[in-house]
Amino acid sequence: MRLPYSLQLVKRTEETPKWLPAVTSLGAVVVAFVFSGIVLALMKADPLRIYQYFFRAAFGSWGAFSDVVVKATPLILIGLGCSVAFRMHLWNIGAEGQFYIGAFFASLVVLVPLVPLETTPKFVILSLMAILGLIGGAVYGFIPGVLKARFNINEVITTLMLNYIAVFWNNYWIFGKYSDAGFQMTRTFPNVAWLPRLADLAKQYPVFSGITLHLGVVFGLVAAVIVWLIVYRSRWGYKINLIGDNPRAARYAGIDITRNIILVFMFSGALAGLAGMAEVSGVVHRLQERISTSYGFSGVIVAWLAKLNPYAVIVVSILFGALIVAGREIQPSGVSFMIQGTILFLVISSDVLLKYHVRLVRTEEETA
Amino acid sequence: MNLDVILRAGISTGTILLIAAIGEILSERSGIQNLGVEGMMLFGAMAAFKVSYESGSVILALLAAIGAGGLLSLAHALVTIHFQADQTVSGLSLTFLGTGLALVLGEGLTGLNTPTVPNATIPLLSLIPWVGKIFFTDQNLLVYFGYLLIPASWYFIFKTKPGLHLRAVGENPAAADTLGVNIYRTRYLYTFIGGCMAGLAGASISVAISPGWYSNLTTSGQGWIAVALVIFAQWNPTGAAVGGYLFGMLRRFMLDLQGPTMLLGYKNPFFYDHNLVFFLQMTPFVLTIIALLWGSARARRKRLGAPAALGVPYVRGERGL
Repeated sequence: MRLPYSLQLVKRTEETPKWLPAVTSLGAVVVAFVFSGIVLALMKADPLRIYQYFFRAAFGSWGAFSDVVVKATPLILIGLGCSVAFRMHLWNIGAEGQFYIGAFFASLVVLVPLVPLETTPKFVILSLMAILGLIGGAVYGFIPGVLKARFNINEVITTLMLNYIAVFWNNYWIFGKYSDAGFQMTRTFPNVAWLPRLADLAKQYPVFSGITLHLGVVFGLVAAVIVWLIVYRSRWGYKINLIGDNPRAARYAGIDITRNIILVFMFSGALAGLAGMAEVSGVVHRLQERISTSYGFSGVIVAWLAKLNPYAVIVVSILFGALIVAGREIQPSGVSFMIQGTILFLVISSDVLLKYHVRLVRTEEETA
Repeated sequence: MNLDVILRAGISTGTILLIAAIGEILSERSGIQNLGVEGMMLFGAMAAFKVSYESGSVILALLAAIGAGGLLSLAHALVTIHFQADQTVSGLSLTFLGTGLALVLGEGLTGLNTPTVPNATIPLLSLIPWVGKIFFTDQNLLVYFGYLLIPASWYFIFKTKPGLHLRAVGENPAAADTLGVNIYRTRYLYTFIGGCMAGLAGASISVAISPGWYSNLTTSGQGWIAVALVIFAQWNPTGAAVGGYLFGMLRRFMLDLQGPTMLLGYKNPFFYDHNLVFFLQMTPFVLTIIALLWGSARARRKRLGAPAALGVPYVRGERGL
């Protein structure tokens, strides 16, 4: 079969214009909404009304927007972690599991308890929880890191399997030893283990009453700056980028690739673990089932859509936070998942525009 | 706990993994890794269930699943073959897309009853002592399809000319190209076939082996296990069969382990502390990782391994593999 026209890809010889990645990403988001709109229309739903509802549920009020930022917080941390790993072409799909283990480690401070909760200052407890969250995630990132670096085992599969394992691990504790009167959750943490919220200031500033925004978002913003410094301004970041772009050259340059694979995996995991800590300490205030609504997977898309740029990760996370907030109020439940998948697909397809000029040519002219 | 029951159930549920894994083997043999198996399976499972419910025809349901999986895989093929996108990311987004589409289009299907692929007993073969009882008595028709698929796909890959071309495209596309094999067409074709089989594997859950639509719990990660099986099987259908059936048996064994009060003369811990069951549920995923470790060690010893061009886009005239 021969079509009268065919697409021809011509490699760009000049530099890709700086604005183009942003435009293609934005275009991908728009087209994803159109595509999902068509699917919804096929389901005899009214896409415009759903999107309107989406928008209002996410940005309609300060309270709603604060919810969006709260949902964006774990995405920022996870997206940042993934963005570093992806620079080395390490497909860490395990943020979900690292998130759960980080949450578990952080919760131990309260559940065991590791320090006397009545007498220890709040600052110390929260710092300890954050550190344990980081450690938990890093430990859980270490496993696929070693398997990849030493045994060359596909990290996509191992991280995915570890996600399932982490969920069962958490379930064992919240259904068993730390269960609150047989419910599938632990008891609520005492106030000293809660990350401060804006709502706590409601006494002085009534504007903040009911605003759920918590300190975790600051973790995310600080982490973004740190990741930016690492990736663009540090020796380690230079190594990461070199290994990602040209592993052979990196090896000749004497860079220990095995070591760096493990380190990057641990770093990526640590950020996801911190996200888990922020979620249990800032939002849920206990350990329970389903503390993550697929943050781990959305984080992957966030990193990719942000083209691995740490500051762009923040912006994209807020868009995805909005999708999650609006998505949980909407039926059918898969809509936000479908939109996310479509966005990712279109983003990677649109990358071709960055590398090539796309031309439509008549097939006859092409036959040689 | 009964050994025969475990074996029978393992053969039955292992068929799901088997079909998906052999599809993925065909795709990967051509150099295209498709990590979207989970999404394609779920989409296929939904399509089959929905069509079976609305048309009442199981044949149409299976065709719908095959088409649904194939359709999704074409998106992956276009993006990775023509646009040279990273296969890992594309496969991952395919899982998202397939899962999302399945959940949206499968809204309201939970709890419905549909016609299913029937079970059958094979005359004569079922009379073989023991073997007949396990392999050929009251198994689903798709299980028998699985038996045929194993030798057929093995023969196709290793003993036929198109199979040779398939392997050549995955190992050394430039050389295959000079011999006149159309690389793009071959890769599109086998990615598509892989998608069709993933869709069928999904249907084998929802309208055959464990019928029903339970949104994303229908597949509950089996697509990923199928992808891992491909590595475990070293891209060989017979390996996929062994792995798939073993996995099926293991799952049944885990389930049966929870029943008795005594195990080997000791009090059964899984019976008395129900929370320990979470560790049982972990086991398939832990074993998948161990199987990969084992597969990687074996591959190194025997100098086997993935098709050399797996994951590498082919551009004519560019230096590559």
